[in-house]
Amino acid sequence: MGEWWTTEASMENCEISSISHVTMSPSRQNNFVSSYLFPLAKSSYSVISAFCTEDNVLQCISYINQELASLGLCSTYIEATSPEGTGLNAVPALNAIYELLQIHRRTMSTVEALEKEQLKKSSTMELMQTSNTRLKDQLELSIREKSGLHEMERQLQLKIKTLQSCLKTEKDEVQKLQSIIASRASQYSHDAKRKEREAAKLKERLSQLLVDRKDKKLAIDVLNCLGRSDGKRGHWKTAKATASHEGEMYKSLLSDYEASQKSLMLENAELKKVLQQMKKEMIHILSPCSSSGRGATADDSQEQHHDSDGEEKMGDTSRETLDQSCEHAREQLTNSIRQQWRKLRNHVEKLDSQVSQVQNQLESNKEMIPLETHEDEMERMRCEVQQCKEFIHAQQQLLQQQLNTSFDDETAALLNDCYTLEEKERLKEEWKLFEEQKRNFERERKNFTEAAIRLGREKKAFEEDRASWLKNQFLNMTPFTDRRRCSSSDGHSALSVRSEPEIRMSSVKAQLAKSSTYTTFSTPRSSQSGAVPSTPELYRTLRLIPESSSSRHSNRGLWQECSTIEDGDNQLKV
Amino acid sequence: MNFSEVFKQSNQLCKVSPDGKYLATCVQYRLVVRDVSTLQIMHLYTCLDQISHMEWSSDSLFILCAMYKRGLVQVWSLEQPDWHCKIDEGSIGLVSSRWSPDGRHILNTTEFHLRITVWSLCTKAVSYIKYPKACQKGIDFSRDGSYMALAERRDCKDFVSIFVCDDWHLLRHFETETQDLAGLEWSPNGCVLAVWDSCLEYKVLLYSLDGRLLSTYSAYEWSLGVKSVSWSPSSQFLAIGSYDEKVRIINHITWKKIAQFEHPATVESTKTVYKEVERRPAVGTDEMSLHNITTGSTLFNTQSKYEICSLPVQIPVVKPDPDRANPKIGVSVLAFSSDNHYLATKNDNMASAVWVWNMQKMSLEAVLEQTSAVRCFQWDPRHPRLALCTGNTKLYLWSPGGCVAVQVPTEGNFLGPKLNYIVLRYRKGAELQ
Repeated sequence: MGEWWTTEASMENCEISSISHVTMSPSRQNNFVSSYLFPLAKSSYSVISAFCTEDNVLQCISYINQELASLGLCSTYIEATSPEGTGLNAVPALNAIYELLQIHRRTMSTVEALEKEQLKKSSTMELMQTSNTRLKDQLELSIREKSGLHEMERQLQLKIKTLQSCLKTEKDEVQKLQSIIASRASQYSHDAKRKEREAAKLKERLSQLLVDRKDKKLAIDVLNCLGRSDGKRGHWKTAKATASHEGEMYKSLLSDYEASQKSLMLENAELKKVLQQMKKEMIHILSPCSSSGRGATADDSQEQHHDSDGEEKMGDTSRETLDQSCEHAREQLTNSIRQQWRKLRNHVEKLDSQVSQVQNQLESNKEMIPLETHEDEMERMRCEVQQCKEFIHAQQQLLQQQLNTSFDDETAALLNDCYTLEEKERLKEEWKLFEEQKRNFERERKNFTEAAIRLGREKKAFEEDRASWLKNQFLNMTPFTDRRRCSSSDGHSALSVRSEPEIRMSSVKAQLAKSSTYTTFSTPRSSQSGAVPSTPELYRTLRLIPESSSSRHSNRGLWQECSTIEDGDNQLKV
Repeated sequence: MNFSEVFKQSNQLCKVSPDGKYLATCVQYRLVVRDVSTLQIMHLYTCLDQISHMEWSSDSLFILCAMYKRGLVQVWSLEQPDWHCKIDEGSIGLVSSRWSPDGRHILNTTEFHLRITVWSLCTKAVSYIKYPKACQKGIDFSRDGSYMALAERRDCKDFVSIFVCDDWHLLRHFETETQDLAGLEWSPNGCVLAVWDSCLEYKVLLYSLDGRLLSTYSAYEWSLGVKSVSWSPSSQFLAIGSYDEKVRIINHITWKKIAQFEHPATVESTKTVYKEVERRPAVGTDEMSLHNITTGSTLFNTQSKYEICSLPVQIPVVKPDPDRANPKIGVSVLAFSSDNHYLATKNDNMASAVWVWNMQKMSLEAVLEQTSAVRCFQWDPRHPRLALCTGNTKLYLWSPGGCVAVQVPTEGNFLGPKLNYIVLRYRKGAELQ
């Protein structure tokens, strides 16, 4: 209470001062007001006295009255005792003061109340805030919990699903088993019922028998005994008989086993034969391929090794046939088959690659020439065969016609016969001719191959000669040789004369002279003209260019030789 | 094809003699023997009771007539009609009766399968075999007639006894690894005995002649197993038909499965499918006289012919009752052709179809679809020709060249459940109903 008073007082002071500040500032001077702001602790009288002096009492009174009116205290006006106005009418002034005090008290109480309110409100607000934060935290926590629970729920759902599917399968299985059990149960019950019925019948019969006691003896009544089906007499049952039965049984079993084993052996042998045949054929395929193959020498050696391996295997086959049932031999055979197959496969692959290579090499068509002629021959033969076939066809048709037209006339039939005979004869002759031609062609082909071989040999000899000749020339390099050479060149002046290649020509001619002796057998024309003139002949036939022959005793020159020889052959034949 | 006139016969007892010369039919208690070519009655015998079973002896000289109710067996001779033989089993009853392969012994199975009595017609001697098993096929003779295999059961275990048919000497007696032996069959070469278990367990055992177990074959377990078994004539294959509608072929060298034939409802890969198509002939009103109706020949006879259907073909399937025992599902009939090239099968839930398999290619050769259920089929003993009947008045023939339906001239409706195929030298086989 005391505090309240002091505060009120201070507040009063403040208020008053503020009021005075507010009211004073527009009408009075500033410094007048501010000087009186500070001494607040002093009595209020000093402040009020500053407001009101002896001079402005009336004004102050009027002013205060105005203020009071504005405050709503119209009834309590201050009056001055005298018109000059230094004194105041106490009663209204006191009333006014009392009213003002009342007003002040009221306002103070309201302020108090407001302050209380404000305190309360601030405390509640604090409370609210704390609770808010708390609730927020709680909310977060609960959200987290919820998500956790969601997660758990999802997992549980999955688990439920899997368990449900398991359950379903188990149910299906159970159903299946149940159906099986049911069928078995029905089967069992059926059987059991049947057995029960039979037992019942047995019991009945038993009882009946016990009652009847009239045993009808079982007997057989035969007019006369029959003989055995196989006509023999019956045997006594002895130990020998039992043994013989056993023996019979084992014999039959053994014969059956032997028969099956024989068939299996036969099958086995056949299969082995097939395998061996396959192996032989594979070896055969591999070996000639290797000799004619144009692979590197390394390849050749490899294939030769294979050949030798194959030979070895061939030797093994005889051994294999001996011990057919031997496991080792069987394994050996299968292994060798596998090996050969692998080789064959590799070889085929190699050939494939080689073929692709050959197709790129268009220059080296050395083998084309003999192939071409070979194919020409084949074409010719085919044409001949076709012609013969057509001929035969025509003959057949005519024959048919003749047969169809004249059926009943005997002589006509005879005549037809004759005609057909004649035709047959003619046909036979044609066939003979054709065969002969074929044989001739074969012979020619053989000759040609022989010639090719011989030519190869000749080439070698030729090479040797040339080498020796060159050696001779080289060794005999003396000034005297020029004359010798000139003399020799004069002899052959018939040919084209050139300064440089003259020497070469002569040398070549000498060589050719030598070679001509080797080739006389195949070029009879050249042999006819003799040794010396044969050389120019040979020259022309061989179409040898001087430079090329000396520089390149290459295959081309020689192969050209070959071709000319061939031509000669062809011409001869025709 | 020639058909004879219709003969009366009862109980489907009508058999041609093994040598193909005579035809024996039973009518009630009479036995009628006719000549096959002329169909004239050669002999007529009278038995004491209605004949239940009739069988020719292997040398075609004697006929056995069994009367199960009376427990009697009577044997008649063709050479000497006066000769008679009567076997009375007495109070022990009779369930089945058969010849031995040499034609001089008769094996009678008593009631309740208590024992098998072996009667000798040569010596009047009797032998007993105890504990024979009552099963689908408990007794089998080898093809050359020298051995007999008999299934026995004692102390809840299965045994097989092998007897020498000469003097009924017990050669081998061994236990089999079966739960409940259902049947046994010799291979045609007489060296292997196939033994199979009941349908509750799929098990086929192969025993050698001397009793050694050669091999066991089991395709699956728990479901119903083997329904039928058949050897190929060359003894190379053993065909096993089972309840899962499949046929498995076992080879004689390794005794392992080499092929499996399935019977799907939709046929997709086969050479041909023959479908029987019935055609009723149009009957005009003026033909509908009383006489015609009573004879019934034109009204009820339907023409049928085979049509080749294009693949895929749907075969009608009848689902069996799952609660009943011995369900009508699975391969129940297997038959190899005499030249080993073909195998004919019938699947019970597709009862109107016969499947012909090519054994050289191990593939389906043809499917014959009939209008009604197939009752029975049989191969020609010489040629690869299959004859089948479905219980109507037609006979159907299949050969690799094609299929034909032949009308059998009969009066009225006619059920033909059995076929006996005998070759008469080089003449076509005679078919009988």
